[in-house]
Amino acid sequence: MSLLEIDDLRITYQTKGGPVPAVRGVTVGVERGQVMGLAGESGCGKSTIAGAILRLLPASTKVEGRVVLDGEDILALSPGRLRAVRWAGASIVFQGAQHALNPVQRVSDQIAEAIIVHGQANEKAAKVRVGALFEQVGLPPRRINDYPHELSGGQKQRVMIAMALACNPSLVIADEPTTALDVMVQAQVLRLMKDLQRDLDLSMIFITHDLSVLVEVSDVLAIMYAGKIVEHGPATEVFYDSKHPYTKALAAAFPEIGDQRFRRKPTGLGGDPPDPQKIPSGCSFHPRCPVAFDECPTREPELYPAGPGRKAACLLVEPARVQAGTDPA
Amino acid sequence: MSATETTATGGGPSARDNVIEVQDLHVTFAGHVGLVAGISGKKGFEARAVDGISFELRRGEVLALAGESGCGKTTTARAIMGLQEINEGTIVFEGNPIGKKLQAYRRRVQMVFQDPTGSLNPRQTIYEIIAEGLRIHGITQGPNGETEEQLVGRALSRSGLRPPERFYLSYPHELSGGQRQRVVIAGALALDPEVIVADEPVSNLDASVRGEILQLLMQLREDLGLSIIIVTHDLGLAWTVADRIAVMYLGRLVELGPTEDVLLRPLHPYTRALLDVVPEAGGIDRPILEGEAPDPTKIPSGCRFHPRCPVVASGRAEELGILEKCTGEDLMIEEIAPDHGAACWATKMGELPRAAASANS
Repeated sequence: MSLLEIDDLRITYQTKGGPVPAVRGVTVGVERGQVMGLAGESGCGKSTIAGAILRLLPASTKVEGRVVLDGEDILALSPGRLRAVRWAGASIVFQGAQHALNPVQRVSDQIAEAIIVHGQANEKAAKVRVGALFEQVGLPPRRINDYPHELSGGQKQRVMIAMALACNPSLVIADEPTTALDVMVQAQVLRLMKDLQRDLDLSMIFITHDLSVLVEVSDVLAIMYAGKIVEHGPATEVFYDSKHPYTKALAAAFPEIGDQRFRRKPTGLGGDPPDPQKIPSGCSFHPRCPVAFDECPTREPELYPAGPGRKAACLLVEPARVQAGTDPA
Repeated sequence: MSATETTATGGGPSARDNVIEVQDLHVTFAGHVGLVAGISGKKGFEARAVDGISFELRRGEVLALAGESGCGKTTTARAIMGLQEINEGTIVFEGNPIGKKLQAYRRRVQMVFQDPTGSLNPRQTIYEIIAEGLRIHGITQGPNGETEEQLVGRALSRSGLRPPERFYLSYPHELSGGQRQRVVIAGALALDPEVIVADEPVSNLDASVRGEILQLLMQLREDLGLSIIIVTHDLGLAWTVADRIAVMYLGRLVELGPTEDVLLRPLHPYTRALLDVVPEAGGIDRPILEGEAPDPTKIPSGCRFHPRCPVVASGRAEELGILEKCTGEDLMIEEIAPDHGAACWATKMGELPRAAASANS
C-alpha cells in the first residue's frame, strides 16, 4: 500500500467573490521512500494540496475526496488525532523560513517545543534530540542558542528542516523550500534534503515551479495545471520527453546550458495561467496550447496512459487516437 | 542575429563600437554605527559593493551580468543608470562621460526593474503610466510629428500589448504578471532609448510566461537595434539570451567573455562553481561551494575568492606554487583567451577549471 493516497481530491475556497475551485479532482499516490515532485505555476493548486494533507486550509474551504496517510483517512480525523498526525505523521517545510520562525524565541526552543508538544520526549530528552537534529541538518552546535535573526537565510531554512524532522515523520512536504535562497545556498539545502531523505528513507513531496530543481531531487513528477494533474511519470522522462504540451513549455523555461536548441531562442507560452474562477472549457490548457486542434475546446481529456508508468491528460495521447494513428496536428 | 555576430567577433578593441563604457567603477556604502560610537568618531564597516570594475556594452549586444546576491551586479546596473552615486570611476555613453546632467542620458538608457507590480503606480491607468515618462522628458510629439497617443500606442504594441487602445484605461491590478512586465517595458520603449538595463526582468514571473518576455527583449534588440544589459543570477537564462557574460564576485569582475566560452569553457573556478549548482537531472552529487555569499564589508586579502576556492582547498594552488599569491596578492581580470578574460592566478599559470560536463546538440 502506498504511504499516501489521494483520491479524487477537490478543494474549493470560499471567497467574497464566490467559490474558487483550486483543486479539481486529483488522484495521486506517494510510495514509501519516494520523492514526488509537484510542479506548476502560481495558482495551479499545488500548495493547496499540501494544505489539505496537513489540514491547514481555512475552515470554510470545501474539501471533497479522500486523503489517506499510512492507512488513516486524514480528512476524517478527530482534532486530537489530527494533532498527533500533524508533525509526527507528516510535516512541512515552508518557503519563507524568515516568517515561519518566531523571532523572539531561540531556535532550539522552537524545535524542542514541537517535540515536547507531541509527547515524544520530556524537556531534557528534547534538548538532546535538538542537538542531534542540529548535527543532522549541518548546523554548527554553537548556533544552538541563537535567535532567528542571528542566522543566515540558509541556516534558517536548515532550522525549518530540523523542525520538520523533529518528530520522525514518515512524510515531509517541502513547499518551495529553496525559492528565496541564493543559488549556492539553494544547492546546499537541496543536497541536504536529498541526503536526509535517503538516510532516513523518508517519503517526500517537493513542491516548486522550478522544474529543473524537481528533476534533480524527485523520483516521480506530477505536473499540475488549473487544479488538475496533466502529466505524471518518472522524473527524468517527464522532463526530457514530456508528453503534455504544457510540461514541454515548462521544461523549456529551464534550459540546460549547452543545449543549442535554446541558445538565443527563448521559448514561452502565450497568455497566462487561467483564473481559477474562469477555467476554459474542454481542455483547460487549450487557449495557450501550441498544438490545440478543433476538439480541444469541447472535450476534456482524462489522464491517459502514455508509456510505462506514465500518464498525460492530452487528447493527442488518447489511446483510441494513438491506436488509429490519426494525428490532427 | 547577424548584427550581433559582427559586433561579437569584430576586430581589435579600438574597432569595436561601444555604447557604454564602465571605467574603474567603485561604489561604497557607508556602514551604520550606533549613536555613541558615531559621536566618538567611529565609523562603521564600509561595504565595497562595487570595487573597481571596467567593461563595455557593445552596440546591439545582450550582455548578462551574473553572480550571487551581494556580488554587486544590481549596484553596477544602478550606477550605470545614474541612480547610484559613484565613488570613483566613469561611465562613458557614446564617447562622452555622463556628468551631472542626467536627464538627457536617462532618456536614452532605460531601466526595467525586477518587480513589475512595484514599478507601476497602482492608481494610474496604463496610458498615464506610459505618457508620464514622455511628459517628464518634455516630449509632446515624436520625431515624425506623432502625437502623444500615437507614441503611447506604439510603445504598447511593440511590447506585445495589442491592440493598445484596449489597455489605455486599464489599471495595473487588472493585468496579469506578464502583461504588467510588458507595460514596464513599454514605458521604457516610449522614450526611444538606445540601451535597456533589465534587472532580473523575469524572475518574478511564472515560468511559462518568462520565455515570452525574453523573446520580446530579443525581438526589440533585433527591430530597434537596442543594446541590452540583463542582470541575472540565472545562468540558464544567460545561455538563452546573452551574447556575452560578465561574472561578478564580491564587487569585481572575475570572468568576462562570449556566452559559449564562459559557460562551456569557463576560465575562473568561481564560474565553474556557479555552473556546478545549476540544477539538472542526477546533478545533486556535483561539488558545491561551502558557506554563504560573502560579505562586502569583509573582503578577503589576495584573490577575494580564495577562502572558497576549490583550487586552494584541494592543495592544487600550493602544488603550483601560487598559494601565496592567491592569499596575498590582489589581481584584476585580464584577457586569457581571445576576447575572454578572467581574474585567477591559477588560470594565469595555464591551469583551467574543468570544462562543462556535457552539451547536447
